[in-house]
Amino acid sequence: MSHKHPAHTLQLYTTKAVIVLDSEGKRLLAKYYSPDYPSLKEQKVFEKALFDKTKKLNSEIVLLDNQVIVYKNSHDVFIYFVGTMDENELILMSALQSFYEALSMLLGGQVEKRSILESADLVFLALDETIDDGIILESDSTQIAARVTKKDANDGSSIPLTEQTIAQALRQAQEQFTKSLLK
Amino acid sequence: MLSLDSSLYSHLDKSTVLQEARVFNETPINARKCRATLTKILYLIYQSERLQTKEATETFFSITKLFQSQDIPLRQAVYLLIKELATVAEDVIMVTASLSKDLTAKSEISKANAIRALCKITDASMIQGIERFLKQAIVDKNHAISSAALVSSLHLFANSKDVVRRWANEVQESVNSKGGITQYHALGLLYQIRQHDRMAVIKLVQSLSRGTLRSPLAYCMLVRYTAKIMDEEEGSRALYESLEGWLRHRNEMVVYEAARAICNIRDVTAKELFPAVSALQLMLVSHKGSLRFAAIRTLNKLALSHPASVAPCNLDMENLITDTNRSIATYAITTLLKTGNEASVDRLMKQITGFMSEISDDFKIIVVDAIRSLCLKFPAKQSVMINFLSNILKDEGGYEFKRSIVEAIFDIIYHIPDAKEYALCHLCEFIEDCEFTKLAVRILYLLGVEGPKSSTPSKFIRYIYNRIILENATVKAAAVSAMGHFAVEVPELRPRIRVLLTRAMDDNDDEVRDRAALFLRVTANDELALKFASLGETFSWPTLENGLVNYLAHPELQRAPFDIAVVPTVSRAQEEAEKQRQKTAKQENIAPSSKSAAAAAAATAAAGPVGSGDAQKAYAAAMEKVPQLAMLGDIFKSSKPVDLTESETEYVVSCVKHVFKSHLVFQFNCRNTINDVLLENVTVTMQVEQNEDGTAGNLVLEGTVAAPQLAYDVPGVIYMIYKRNGNVTPVATFGNTLKFIVKDCDPATGEADEEGYEDEYLLEDLELTTADYILPTFVSDFGRAWEQVGEEHELVEAFELSAIPSVKAAVTQIIDILGMETCDGTSAVKDKATTHTLLLAGMFVGGVGALVRCRMAYDASSGVTLEIAARCTDPEIAERIVNSIA
Repeated sequence: MSHKHPAHTLQLYTTKAVIVLDSEGKRLLAKYYSPDYPSLKEQKVFEKALFDKTKKLNSEIVLLDNQVIVYKNSHDVFIYFVGTMDENELILMSALQSFYEALSMLLGGQVEKRSILESADLVFLALDETIDDGIILESDSTQIAARVTKKDANDGSSIPLTEQTIAQALRQAQEQFTKSLLK
Repeated sequence: MLSLDSSLYSHLDKSTVLQEARVFNETPINARKCRATLTKILYLIYQSERLQTKEATETFFSITKLFQSQDIPLRQAVYLLIKELATVAEDVIMVTASLSKDLTAKSEISKANAIRALCKITDASMIQGIERFLKQAIVDKNHAISSAALVSSLHLFANSKDVVRRWANEVQESVNSKGGITQYHALGLLYQIRQHDRMAVIKLVQSLSRGTLRSPLAYCMLVRYTAKIMDEEEGSRALYESLEGWLRHRNEMVVYEAARAICNIRDVTAKELFPAVSALQLMLVSHKGSLRFAAIRTLNKLALSHPASVAPCNLDMENLITDTNRSIATYAITTLLKTGNEASVDRLMKQITGFMSEISDDFKIIVVDAIRSLCLKFPAKQSVMINFLSNILKDEGGYEFKRSIVEAIFDIIYHIPDAKEYALCHLCEFIEDCEFTKLAVRILYLLGVEGPKSSTPSKFIRYIYNRIILENATVKAAAVSAMGHFAVEVPELRPRIRVLLTRAMDDNDDEVRDRAALFLRVTANDELALKFASLGETFSWPTLENGLVNYLAHPELQRAPFDIAVVPTVSRAQEEAEKQRQKTAKQENIAPSSKSAAAAAAATAAAGPVGSGDAQKAYAAAMEKVPQLAMLGDIFKSSKPVDLTESETEYVVSCVKHVFKSHLVFQFNCRNTINDVLLENVTVTMQVEQNEDGTAGNLVLEGTVAAPQLAYDVPGVIYMIYKRNGNVTPVATFGNTLKFIVKDCDPATGEADEEGYEDEYLLEDLELTTADYILPTFVSDFGRAWEQVGEEHELVEAFELSAIPSVKAAVTQIIDILGMETCDGTSAVKDKATTHTLLLAGMFVGGVGALVRCRMAYDASSGVTLEIAARCTDPEIAERIVNSIA
């Protein structure tokens, strides 16, 4: 009856991979914690299948290659957390959500390709503070964001808060406008 | 945005970036610039760019220079890259000293990162050097530091179990940490440390069940540990209450974990399932996709074993058919198809029809499989289902999808005779416009087999002939064969079809002409046609395939042509039944995950009988070469070989009992294990030792086929042929003696002395049982067959099997004693089941079918109580079956 309790479900290794793709399925970042896709070629095949399966559907969870994958689409990026078939998908979802919220705090509310590339260091560090070799290291997004250091004191993050908020508001308004045009 | 993309990263080149790493050597260190370069290297790594060992090592050591800077943002990036390079670069352990300094750093970020990086570069020999720091860090008040130490210890545990075990006290302390996630890490590590100490794990789970944890993640682990104990420990069922309590946890993640655990409890009762199913039912209507997905996925699995417990969710599941997440919709449909009743089928089918056009082929295949099962379950609904299947057959779709539909229709035709004509008509329409040659060929073949037996065979001819005119060569050839079968089997149509076949003789493809010629020849006179029609045999395909593969693999065999005569044949009906059974076994589980244990078990179960059937064909092939045996006709049943000696004696003998229509043949397989003797003229004498009803007297020895000689290690066979006068089927015990002439021989040359002497060798007794006369037969719908035989032909008896320790053991023994085929998957018994119903089917020699239903209950005080009911039109056989248990 051991099949009911595979050894890995009794361990904390919940996350097999974290992948961030842009709106064309191009990889912005991928971190594979398990050896399922050892070569870049296999990874790309998987990522393509994953993107094709999720790009159109407005949903947050899929099965692929006998794995459970939860994902989030934010502006022009897709963030995926991959787990085994018998993983509790709600655990994966909460890890994804924490990571996303932390990114949102670090990137000034704009989790999108441009900001991710501009602040790649913050994104990489945030992921490192969320997942350590497949184990969820922190589930509280505020804690994750707080543990990610900014470039240094003279960095852009020192824009006075009010200014930043105005810029952000402007950008959001612009986006809303574009969206309504596209509809 | 594009310019930014390209300027920043999209054209990053490994060698340029590694060049840029020279910035690390500059003094003073420009922290900002260095972090930007580090980020670029990381970016490349996260693009799975492969660094050579040398590159990685160089980079690794160049960044260690950055430890001179006290800039924390830079330090954090350095740590990240160290961790990423730790597995690629060489001699990473050299930087232990630099990193160790940060273990006492004031900054939480530096300290936590230092611990994690250090544990990645350290090896089992170095770990003791940092043990003191780690132990302290585990109990650090700062949760980030404590968690960093715990998670690192979890990684280290794989290779340094003994060292990490020494930290159990510290880990135990941090289970009570105030930081939620730290509790999770501590609990996970504590379990790893204690997992082989059963009592310690039980104590751990019991103490934490009282509710001291805060982290929902930690609760999820606690649920898993609890479920594992319940699964493995006797008398731990009381833990169910904890699981049930966690169904009311405020975090849905815990609720779900607990519900899943309850659904997976071994031998779970409907009452125990109820609260878990209710919890899942609430999740079905959640606005969060992941919750709906989680719930329906779990219910789908549960519906396989406990459809009735899932049925209360039917209404909610029906609403999910329109879910935007197609995985959820597919799970919902396949679950409903398992839990639904006959009355809901029509409504369900209507809903599925709307849904089909929106989903991908993979999902469609799952749905088709589910519908196939449903149709077999509710044969009365076949017309709705066939309509549905033939409609989707007309839709757009790939080969696999179309194939699954055609397979489903084939199965329905096979299992539900009433559906046959209707389904065949639909298939005819499909081939009018079928782009897949393979499918057209299979359908044409089926038309050729089934069409002539239908009430109006003539209606199919037009469809088939159209193929001859319009298709490619492969399809044309198949169509000619199909039509040929009509001509052979339906004499009224023969003259007209012969006209069509004559036209096919002008075809430009030679295969088409060959087949047309064959059928024209066969149908030229009635006698030949009749003979052709009664050819009911086909080759055993697996054996043929193996034989051919073997032939091609061994050039020395190829000097002679492949001998088709050695390939055993099977009747078409047998082959079809076997195919169907394998398919049913495979498709019992139509959930999208095909790797379930149930499916695997079913597959192995199916593989067993196939093997024995093949063995029987091999026996038959061997017997055909012996004239005395060749006259006996077909073997009705061959037993498994029974050993009559220990496996390490001078002569090793086993016996296979073959039952023929009116004969019994004992086949003794002998092997001589002594290298300096040669046995000649080896025979067996058999003596009836025990036979209650005296029918063994009607067994008359008709012939003996001796083994002319038994050389060292060369197997030989002896046959004893008995006529069953009056077709008796005695149950008896035989005493057996091997008789032979012994000659000494030279072990080196094998050359034997001229003179020998007579000797004999006593073998063990051989039993002839009722099971030897019963052929296991497969019944697809046991319930229906059971009702058909009817209660008037039933014989029921009850037995107390006090010596049998469990229901599972009883099932194994009964199957063994009766030698019948288990039906409806009832051979699968849970380990600790207390009740079970076993359904068996078989055919007694002479062709009388028998069905058996065994109901068992286990009670520790009295053992297994068995009620066995046999239904058979011959009351004597029913009685023998029932009594063979006693």
